[in-house]
Amino acid sequence: MIGLQHYLTLSAMLFVLSIAGIIINRRNLILILMCIELMLLAVNFNFIAFSRHLGDDTGQVFVFFILTVAAAEAAIGLAILVVLFRNRRSINVQELNTMKG
Amino acid sequence: MYSYYLTIVLAPLAAAIVAGLFGKQIGRAGAHWITILAVGLSCVLSMFVLKEMFWGGAVAENIHVYTWAVTDGLRMEVGFLVDRLTALMMVVVTFVSFSVHIYTIGYMHDDPGYQRFFSYISLFTFSMLMLVMSNNFLQLFFGWEAVGLVSYLLIGFWYKRESAIFANLKAFLVNRVGDFGFILGIAAIVMFTGSLDYAEVFGQAESVAAQQFEVFPGAPWNAMTVACILLFIGAMGKSAQAPLHVWLPDSMEGPTPISALIHAATMVTAGIFMVARMSPLFELSETALAVVITIGAITAFFMGLLGIVQNDIKRVVAYSTLSQLGYMTVALGASAYSAAIFHLMTHAFFKALLFLAAGSVIIAMHHEQDIRKMGGLRKYMPITYWTALIGSLALIGFPGLSGFFSKDLLIEAVKESHWHGQGAVYWIAYLSVLLGVFVTALYSFRMFFLVFHGKARMDKETKSHLHETPWVVTAPLIMLAIPSAIIGWITVNDVLFNNYFGDAIVVSSAHDVLAHMGESFHGSLSLLKHAPQTPVFWLAAGGVFSAWFLYLRRPDIPVTIKRKLSGIYTLLDRKYYFDDLYIKGFAAGGRGIGRFLWEKGDQLIIDGIIVNGTARSVGKLAGVMRQIQTGYLYTYAFAMIIGLTMLLSWLIWFR
Repeated sequence: MIGLQHYLTLSAMLFVLSIAGIIINRRNLILILMCIELMLLAVNFNFIAFSRHLGDDTGQVFVFFILTVAAAEAAIGLAILVVLFRNRRSINVQELNTMKG
Repeated sequence: MYSYYLTIVLAPLAAAIVAGLFGKQIGRAGAHWITILAVGLSCVLSMFVLKEMFWGGAVAENIHVYTWAVTDGLRMEVGFLVDRLTALMMVVVTFVSFSVHIYTIGYMHDDPGYQRFFSYISLFTFSMLMLVMSNNFLQLFFGWEAVGLVSYLLIGFWYKRESAIFANLKAFLVNRVGDFGFILGIAAIVMFTGSLDYAEVFGQAESVAAQQFEVFPGAPWNAMTVACILLFIGAMGKSAQAPLHVWLPDSMEGPTPISALIHAATMVTAGIFMVARMSPLFELSETALAVVITIGAITAFFMGLLGIVQNDIKRVVAYSTLSQLGYMTVALGASAYSAAIFHLMTHAFFKALLFLAAGSVIIAMHHEQDIRKMGGLRKYMPITYWTALIGSLALIGFPGLSGFFSKDLLIEAVKESHWHGQGAVYWIAYLSVLLGVFVTALYSFRMFFLVFHGKARMDKETKSHLHETPWVVTAPLIMLAIPSAIIGWITVNDVLFNNYFGDAIVVSSAHDVLAHMGESFHGSLSLLKHAPQTPVFWLAAGGVFSAWFLYLRRPDIPVTIKRKLSGIYTLLDRKYYFDDLYIKGFAAGGRGIGRFLWEKGDQLIIDGIIVNGTARSVGKLAGVMRQIQTGYLYTYAFAMIIGLTMLLSWLIWFR
């Protein structure tokens, strides 16, 4: 029987994977954006799992909001990315060190 | 008498110290004067002691001088046991030493190590006297090792010569093998009797002989047999008995005076003396006596054969020494201890004489030692010629000379010994000593004829300088020629048959061959008359004749024999391959084990894996760990998150 614990574990795995993706990957900005998306999805998983577990639909409403915000955020992120690429001809994270103190 | 004994021992030691440490200050003349005076004093006092023993009615004295240490009831002492055996040895040692000291003035005349040499030979005299005068095993061992040390120093006296260094190391190592047996023997004595003192040990001999001892588990041996064989292994090392004889021929690398003193007359006879001294122990073990007589017989015959093929004048004499030591050992094994000591004494004189004569020849030949390059020296060196003749005749047992009495009676004793009718041991011993007589005569006179007779084969340069050596060289020759000629005649009756040694040598009545022979002994003269009726005489005569015929009359025959019997010749020339066995077998094997342990054990395992390996793996691990320590904040953050995740996972699944 698949219970709350399994959903929470899966979400934790996804979350940790996305963190690892952000930290280990030092090349591609798109991958970082995707990992951020994955993080949000992991959180969404938690919301849905608890909503079902507690029998409260508020959690699912939250998820809709988050998905919407995430889509907007992704659009903005990609737009920044495109601008960045135009300016620097590169999306390599390691080369984005202009602000290094 | 006590102060005499102390003076006899300490005078050479004091002289050795002065000549050794203050050699520069006292100069060359000072060094030889002080050592000669000291050894001369010892010699005179020793003769006085012997005279008192012989005619003065002095009794054996067992004197305690100094207690060095007492541990667990075991007393370690310095003491003197002076009885007739000791007195005889003291005179032999100091007299030969005295002659050699004088001779050295001539032989080492131009050597830069003059003072050092005198210091060493005096030190040797001291050590040898400590050995023979000892009344306990510890002091015996001290003297034993001290003479070994001086022998080592003197063989390597010319320490810049490669061959001398090789020879002295070889002597040292082979002697270690013997000494290992010797110290085990002493340990066995201490274990069985709890004492180092001769008198106490001999007192308990019977009870020791009644004990059993398991050398290997499950194979009990008689305790006395074990102790005696171990002691005899020591004697085999020091007295160069087969198979531990290999060091003696090589020891001829040393200067000739020490070849005469140490490697012919005294040190090498220490083993014979020791066995005679331990006669109360050896008498109780038939097995040990059988070992002694067999080893002696093998040495006596086979080492003599080697003398025939040698071309170095000193090596011929060295092999002759080996063979004669074998004779003495055979006599020991036949329980004729007195005969062994008697032969030891006569041998000391005539062999020292032969060595010094060889040295005299070497001086005249400007340090050429190859007898093939000599010949016809008779007319240039009359004194050396006549003394060498006396020495050679004494060696082969020419009737009337000292060697005749000692060797003839020795062979007679072996023939009549308690081994008679006991099969193999008896025949090996008897035939070896009998045929050895022929061999002895052959090699002695081969050398004698090649050196002094025939055509002169040296180059013109040497020949034009040939002349008799100075008086310091010839005087000792004459000094030694006199006892070589007459000592047998004078003393044979007293030493062998009049119970001269008294309590010093113990022979059980069943073994007492000399007492048995004494019944039919009617003085030196009658022995002399009977000489032509003995096989010994004819064998010796045959040997001399063969030498004359082969090397003077028809020198082409030996060449033919050598070619025809090249197999046997090679066997003899290679000294029965003993050197090869030891050098390629034991020495190379030892080095191989050492190299294996060094390269594999030490370098590979200990250094490579354990020590450096640890360091290397720590380094490698650190190299890996260093990759984690990037210095970037996000890496640490990630590590923290991973850690947190792991903790949480643990909380969830395993708690």
